[in-house]
Amino acid sequence: MATNVSAIEIEQPTPITVAYEHPWIVRVAHWLNAVAVFVLIGSGLQIFRAFPSFGPKIPQKNFIDIPKAIALGGWLGGALQWHFTFMWIFLGSGLMYVIYQLTTGHWRQVLLAPRDIKGVWPMARHYFLFGPKPPSDAAYNPLQKLAYTSTMFFGAMSMLTGMVLYKPAQFWWLAWPMGGYHFARIWHFISMCGFVAFIPGHLIMVLLHGWNNFYSMITGWKRDPEYLD
Amino acid sequence: MSEERSEEPQAKPEQDRPEESDSHALPAEEPSAPLEGETRKQPVAPRATRPAGPAGEEVREVTPRERKRMNRRELLKLVPVIALGAFAIPKLQDPLLMDGLHLSDWASGKLFGRHRLAQTFSDREVAAFDDFPYNYYDVVDPGVDLAKWTLTVEGLAQRPGDYKLEQIQALPKVVQNTRHVCVEGWDVIGNFGGTRASEFLRWIGADTSARFLEVECADEYYESIDMETVLHPQTLFCYEMYGRPLDRGHGAPLRLQMPTKLGYKQAKYLDTIRVTNVLKADKRGYWEDQGYSWFGGL
Repeated sequence: MATNVSAIEIEQPTPITVAYEHPWIVRVAHWLNAVAVFVLIGSGLQIFRAFPSFGPKIPQKNFIDIPKAIALGGWLGGALQWHFTFMWIFLGSGLMYVIYQLTTGHWRQVLLAPRDIKGVWPMARHYFLFGPKPPSDAAYNPLQKLAYTSTMFFGAMSMLTGMVLYKPAQFWWLAWPMGGYHFARIWHFISMCGFVAFIPGHLIMVLLHGWNNFYSMITGWKRDPEYLD
Repeated sequence: MSEERSEEPQAKPEQDRPEESDSHALPAEEPSAPLEGETRKQPVAPRATRPAGPAGEEVREVTPRERKRMNRRELLKLVPVIALGAFAIPKLQDPLLMDGLHLSDWASGKLFGRHRLAQTFSDREVAAFDDFPYNYYDVVDPGVDLAKWTLTVEGLAQRPGDYKLEQIQALPKVVQNTRHVCVEGWDVIGNFGGTRASEFLRWIGADTSARFLEVECADEYYESIDMETVLHPQTLFCYEMYGRPLDRGHGAPLRLQMPTKLGYKQAKYLDTIRVTNVLKADKRGYWEDQGYSWFGGL
């Protein structure tokens, strides 16, 4: 026994540097939202299949044919159930995140400020055109800020336009700044397109930055963070 | 259903991988395993706390073992996310989605106010009569004998029985331009005339403290409406559209017209209405019994 203990003391493993990058509330909000956004897009497309137009019923001119394979819910009624269930998870996780960011002041790290705009292009050039990596000591680079800020924008937009579509008799006044009830449906669709544009870019970036980076969004802890040493 | 795809990729890998990613650290840890009791006495606290990262991240230097423990603890705290996996379990999926639908209906009921009116429109904004769709679930014309037609009143009313269209038309008439919204996503602004449902219910001595109005139709469609909506001033027993008697395709001779409800709630070809406090579980409405929202409110 005693020899064992001393043996361990000698073979003390080299310490690992870890940084707590993502607090619990951000991670839970992120993953709940991630699941909800897929469910809402899938069921939303199934709902859209019931009337794939932005015009009048008579005469009906279809805007786009949504393949059944990417739609969720099986039929309009099923899709509405998914949509009306996961809209709460989407709203709840979104509010959870926004309230946390506002109360901690962390929104300053995420929200794209006017002074960040000039940094967006160099960062995009680095990622997509193999340009030099611009130096940055901020938590998020300007391109990330643009991406994350736009998801918050599209999230808010989808919820506000969704409220108008869901309760036009109650929120008709909210339709007015959107250009009316019919435009609310168009904006709702566009907000979905915003997420559809964000997700592949986001996933590519996650892949490029490897398992260690991805894992920090699960446990919060990042091993050997690149900004130290 | 194909919804698993959206949940699995995010929830699953995290459960298996920590072991793998730490596997290189395991050999060093192995000998200490039997010593669990002794090592516990040593402080588990971070060996060193370093200056925070650029965004104020807490930075620690830990042993692989400590790191593993920290990661596992954080992983457990993601239970709310893993719980979403319940939606992928076939047995739980329907009940959970019904809960979501009921939550939405409950919130809709809270938002609804008997004195909050739906938007009304000028005559200029009303769609042409020919652009108002004939929507039906079975037949566009169930062949109602208009000459012999009566509305049968049942349930909690002082004067149940059969009422002629002329009797309903003798009540004060309301004409309104309102938006008819279909659950499918299309809508049309129309011109509707009729008597307020609240007016008719008062006239027949209905118990308006009852919870529901059930309706049955000549085409065997059926519906049930919350009393709060029935008593809304824009809820009509509609017998006119565009200043003309309701035509057969639009539900002659009498239909429900409610700008605060989706189209499928606005039953046509009315045959029987029943004031009641009880709804049968499988008789809440033709579409509702197949999964549409019962409240169906706008």
